[in-house]
Amino acid sequence: MTYSDTTVWWIIAALGLGTFLIRFSFIGLIGSRPMPPWVLRHLRYTSVAILPGLVAPLVVFPAATGGIPDPARLLAAMVTVAIGYRTKGVVGAMLGGAATLFAVQYLLG
Amino acid sequence: MSPSTSKSALWRGVLAGLPFIIVVVPFAMLFGVAATEAGLPLAQVMGFTVLVIAGASQFTALQFMIDNAPVLVIIASALAVNLRMAMYSAAITPYLGDQPLWKRAVLSYVLVDQTYNLAILDFEENPDQTTAQRTAFFVGCSLPLIPLWIGFTWVGAALGGQIPPEYGLDFALPIAFLAMVAPALRTVAHIAAAVTSVVLALVLGFIPLNLGLLVAALIAMMVGAEVERRMA
Repeated sequence: MTYSDTTVWWIIAALGLGTFLIRFSFIGLIGSRPMPPWVLRHLRYTSVAILPGLVAPLVVFPAATGGIPDPARLLAAMVTVAIGYRTKGVVGAMLGGAATLFAVQYLLG
Repeated sequence: MSPSTSKSALWRGVLAGLPFIIVVVPFAMLFGVAATEAGLPLAQVMGFTVLVIAGASQFTALQFMIDNAPVLVIIASALAVNLRMAMYSAAITPYLGDQPLWKRAVLSYVLVDQTYNLAILDFEENPDQTTAQRTAFFVGCSLPLIPLWIGFTWVGAALGGQIPPEYGLDFALPIAFLAMVAPALRTVAHIAAAVTSVVLALVLGFIPLNLGLLVAALIAMMVGAEVERRMA
């Protein structure tokens, strides 16, 4: 890394401000003004449209194994989704997924 | 709205956020370790973590800085990783938009994957809440997480040493995100959106700056909305 101290601080400041403005964008500008029904219908799917896609490459091509699919991680992901879907509980799903990861890693040595 | 109900919403938020400590702590430490090993002094490591509070984009910026990329490329790519938060911002607006501007600004500062996704689950499950109760829940979610994110970045920076990859700590984040999204798969429309998101994110993985994910997410939202419209 060859940046000067000042340059690094500029990068940090720009990222901090830019990230805040992204977060503030809609809630800051729109506030309590009503949004049209078709927009709301799309926004209802924000969570389920982003998180699965964000996670998919991390599950299928984990960096920790050099991008090679890993049975322990794939199984842990499946168990997490299955428990969360069946029980509607976040905590149980996380614990089940973590237990699966460690169990399969232990079994496969 | 009585203050006691806001208070209980705050506590429900804290309880919902607590389990994610096991994700935030290792992720924060990893950033502290990685940034220190890349040569950043403690003040700048902490500057990153306090001002940006967005792990994935911080790692992105760090990687580009290690590669000595041009400053504008670093900023553009790290911000691209955070563009999903504009969608979060839009999605919470119907629930929290009544608040005065300064409160909306504070809420924006703690709008991260965990607070957004936990809050939206709660807002949809308990539709009768007041804006004050929703705000309390949202703040509650952030209370166990944001201070630990900052604190454990410092611990990681102070330790400096490598955390062995065979512990599988890298996988805490995917498991947490999947655990948050699975209970939200309530209808065929939600499942259709999620499947679209996975398939397109993998197919579009070659697009740089994480922009493939944004395209995947936008199309997945359209699929969800369209399935809902046809089923109605």
